Order: sequence, then C-alpha cells, then structure tokens
Amino acid sequence: MLEKKVNAVVIGGGSAGMAAALSIAEKGYQVAIIEREDTLGGILLQCIHNGFGLQEFKQELTGPEYAQRFEDFVHKNRKINIFLETTAVDITQNDNGTRVVNTYSKKHGVILFSADAVVLAMGCRERNRGNIAIAGTRPAGIFTAGLAQRLLNIDGFIPGKKVVIIGSGDIGLIMARRLTWVGTEVLGVVEIQPFPSGLTRNIVQCLNDFSIPLYLNHVVSRIYGKERVTKVRITPITQDGKIDEKKSFQIACDTILLSVGLIPDMELAKNAGVRINHDTNGPYVNADLMTSQEGIFACGNALHVHDIVDYVTEEARRCGSYVHDYIQGGRVKKQGNVIPGANIKYILPNHYVTHRNNRLYCRPMIVKNNAELFIKINKKFVLQKKLRHIQPSEMISIDLEKDVFKNIQKDQNHTLEVSIR
Amino acid sequence: MEKKLICISCPVGCHLIVASTRDRITVKGNQCKRGEIYGKEEMLSPKRIVTAVVKIRKKEYCYIPVKTEKPLLKKYIKPLLKELYRLEVDLPVKCGTVLIKNFENTGINVLITRSMKN
Ligand SMILES: Cc1cc2nc3c(=O)[nH]c(=O)nc-3n(C[C@H](O)[C@H](O)[C@H](O)COP(=O)(O)OP(=O)(O)OC[C@H]3O[C@@H](n4cnc5c(N)ncnc54)[C@H](O)[C@@H]3O)c2cc1C
Ligand code: SF4
Repeated sequence: MLEKKVNAVVIGGGSAGMAAALSIAEKGYQVAIIEREDTLGGILLQCIHNGFGLQEFKQELTGPEYAQRFEDFVHKNRKINIFLETTAVDITQNDNGTRVVNTYSKKHGVILFSADAVVLAMGCRERNRGNIAIAGTRPAGIFTAGLAQRLLNIDGFIPGKKVVIIGSGDIGLIMARRLTWVGTEVLGVVEIQPFPSGLTRNIVQCLNDFSIPLYLNHVVSRIYGKERVTKVRITPITQDGKIDEKKSFQIACDTILLSVGLIPDMELAKNAGVRINHDTNGPYVNADLMTSQEGIFACGNALHVHDIVDYVTEEARRCGSYVHDYIQGGRVKKQGNVIPGANIKYILPNHYVTHRNNRLYCRPMIVKNNAELFIKINKKFVLQKKLRHIQPSEMISIDLEKDVFKNIQKDQNHTLEVSIR
Repeated sequence: MEKKLICISCPVGCHLIVASTRDRITVKGNQCKRGEIYGKEEMLSPKRIVTAVVKIRKKEYCYIPVKTEKPLLKKYIKPLLKELYRLEVDLPVKCGTVLIKNFENTGINVLITRSMKN
C-alpha cells in the first residue's frame, strides 16, 4: 500500500478533470489526477467528430484534438501528477478533517491519497434498457449508443448490419452518420417526444443527409429475437399520450442502439455522503461548486450533463479557482438560494454570492423562438434577457455581474429565481 | 428543382425552401442573410467535414482518428472513406500530421487527430 499527500485530488482525467487540475496547479498547489483508463481525455477520445472548442479555441476541433491540447498542457505542468489505470473507490475523512481518496492502481495496488480538497470529475454514464423498460426478449445486439461509439471509434468494431436507434439524443444521431459511413444500414430513429432531444445540426447532418427517418411521437414497444435481435415493433403515440397499437409496424434489424440520455456518475459521491440534487441527479453544490461535504467539489458531467465541452472547461477551471480559495482558508461567505422557476428544468449552482460575479447554467423545458429570461431576487425583478432560441438540448449560461446585487440587504436571507417565458 | 432544408448556421434553425432554375437560386424562409448563403451553398456544392478512424498496422483493435482539414464536396465522401478504410498507419503518430495530401485534387488534406506512441 502506498500513501501520498497532495493539496488536491482530481478524480477523472476527462476535459473537466484536466481543466480543474490545471487551474489548481497554476496557483502553485500539488495536484494528483486519478484516471481509470490508460490515457487522459475521457469521453472526448471516442467523439471523433467535429464540433468542439469554438469558444475555447475559436476553431472547430474534433474530440481527440480538443483532448490532446489539454493533455499537452497537463503533461507540461510539473505540479500535476497523473495516475493512470487507477480507480477511485472510496472517499473518507481523516480525524483532522482532510480527505482521503482510496484508489486501486493496476501497477501499484492500493494507493491512499490524502488532500485538503477533492474534485469529482468522473463524468456521466448512459441510461440503459432498464431505465426505459421495453417489453420482449433479451437477445444480443442491444448496445447503448456511447458504448457502440467507443467500440467503433477506438477498437474498430462494427456493432451490426441493420440498426434501429431508440432515442434522438446527440450520441445516437452522431452514431447514425458514423454507422452509415462504415456501411451499416440505419433504418430509423425512434423518439417518444414530439421534438428531437439532440441538436438541430445533428438532425440535419446525421439523419437528413442520409434520408434516415426520424419517428417522433413513437416508441419501440417490443424487441424480438432469440439469440440476436431480429426485429422491433414501433408504435405511435396519440396526442393524449396513449399507445396506438393498431398503427404499429415492424422493422427487421440485427442491432439496437439506445440513446436515451446520460446521468452523472454518483456512486462514489453518494457513499461519501454527498447530498444529491434530484433535478440533475448530480450533487447539490454551493456557489463555489462545493458539495454538501466540506472540501469535496464537483464539475463537468459529474455535476450535470453538458452538451458543449467548452462549458465543461469553463466550469472546471472556475471550480479549480474555488478549490484554490478553499485550500488557502478563505471563509465561505453567506450565500443566497438559487431556484428554478417557470419552464426551467434545473439551474446550477444551487447558491449564489453577492461579493463577486456569478455564472449560472440552466436547462429549459421548452422549445421556443424569441423567449425571455427573468431573474428575480426575493420576488423582485433584477434582470431580464432576450433569448433568440431555446430548446432543452441546449444549456443556457447566465452571467450575473455583482452590480445586480447593489440594492440587496446583505444580511437577509434571499432567494434568486430564474424563469423563462 | 426545389429542396426543403433546415439552416444550421445558428440555433434558430429556419426551415428554408431553396429553388433553383437554370440561371438563379432563390431561398425562402430564412430570417437573415446567412440562411441565404447556406441555402445556396447546399444547393450548388454541399460540403462536409469527414471524420473516420484508420487502422494501425500490426495491432489488433487499434485505430487512430482522422479528419478532413476543410469541408469536402459531398460527392467525394464515399471515395475518401473507401481509401481511409484501405489505409494502415505505423506508430508513433502525431496529432496534426497530414495523412493524405490533396485528395483527388480537391485541395483537401486528411489529418491525424490524435498523437499515439508505439
Ligand atoms: C457522445 C458525446 C458526444 C458529444 N459531442 C459533443 C460535441 O459535438 N461538441 C461539444 O462541444 N461537446 C460534446 N459533448 C459534450 C462534452 O464533450 C462532454 O460533456 C465532456 O467532454 C465531458 O467531460 P468530463 O470530463 O466531465 O467527463 P468524461 O470525459 O466522461 O471524463 C470522466 C473521466 O473520469 C474517469 N473516471 C470515472 N470514474 C472514475 C473513478 N472512479 N476513478 C478514476 N477515474 C474515473 C473516466 O474514465 C473518464 O476518463 C459530447 C458528449 C458525449 C457523451
Ligand atoms: S436563416 Fe439566419 S436566423 Fe435562420 S437559422 Fe439561418 S442563420 Fe439562423
């Protein structure tokens, strides 16, 4: 067993972990990155398509290129120690209040890291068939879209010849194009909602370009096949939400991809006693992205599922600077509550402060052009913003300058509510 | 000829109707100039960035990601993919290296998008 002492431990070496580690190390602190895989980069490595980094680098990169840039920065930084093929299994606390991260490394066996602060940057996992309950047999040939993406883009394994995709999330859409390009037939994408859950540009470039049908308001009601999938039954949903059995039809296929959403990976955090936010399934955090457990912070997809990596980087970098303040012994300032109002699925962080600017991220529940965003503090309007277009698949970022809080009585309790109409 | 398209130049996603006659192309449904440019381009010479993976020689289940440096005319996508699936590369490789120069005289290069050691 090895024991190591550092200022901060970052769990996960994806885009969030790398940006957080860099920002902590730039302030002169020793950081350890714990990464389960044999390389840094996380999910980006399997996202070989274009479309990353427009905000961060002002150009469109592929996932691996975006990861490579950060990997190069991380490798150059002497304050960062990288532990690959090392899995964090538990977070505990020493008597003196410091945190201990228990890990298992392929090379060194058990390593215990003690640190003043821990950053959760473990990313998210995919929802699977269990989460959406489809009737029928349990044959081979059913993959989550992200797993299929990894198999195809990293190992070169083609999952099947005829594919039906359940759910219109971005990973499924991107995979529709990718599979078509390797000669697999994509027979359709089935979406239960009346609108796609992925980005419009992915509908256009990954489905329309290849005339792949998108069945909105439809469900896969049954999966057939003994050893391998042989077909699916697809059923429309009527306007009042009922299943319209009579209009069902079948498609023969050997493979099904599930692209039905992502959820933050929280097992580790839950065991450490971190309070979970039921709107995001990630941790509940204060204005400094600290969870309910002192000294444990969270960012990236481990906090909430992001659609754009540039936001992950921004959030993680900021998280790193809060970690720095915390290690320095900065006292936690009084914080107001942040709550979601009309048409907001969730808003983060769950608190805000009045002595500095705040960046909030929220996800809308509706699709709309020319929407308006309203911010109220203790039911009084403080800010209004026009939004050209909103949809649930696109996160909204809000910058609150500290001037907004000029007229707020600092000693009172206050609640900030964000709504859209 | 008439085509129904969705403009993807910004998140609004206007539904365009692009019509072409022998001497001109008209775009309807766009809310701004960029939609017109997008519609015309899609009608005349649609292009896409192509990404794929290429096999690493003598290694099983080991592939390296690649992309076209600029968008490629759509009609060249199939031939390019065919060429990419035929190729094998040797390690080590460096992110940004040119794998194919000026593919079929289109002026488009194919780049490797990740560094990998042996
Ligand atoms: C399929 C897909 C397509 C996307 N497409 C785009 C796009 O086109 N454009 C765009 O801007 N954004 C896109 N995104 C969003 C963005 O790229 C991701 O949200 C972002 O990269 C997530 O970064 P992360 O560091 O939070 O998580 P991850 O990259 O998932 O990193 C988490 C890391 O933690 C490690 N880990 C987990 N648990 C442990 C443990 N217990 N111990 C040690 N290590 C652990 C994992 O191995 C992994 O490396 C896409 C996301 C996905 C999933
Ligand atoms: S036409 Fe203009 S407003 Fe409409 S989607 Fe294209 S860029 Fe956006």
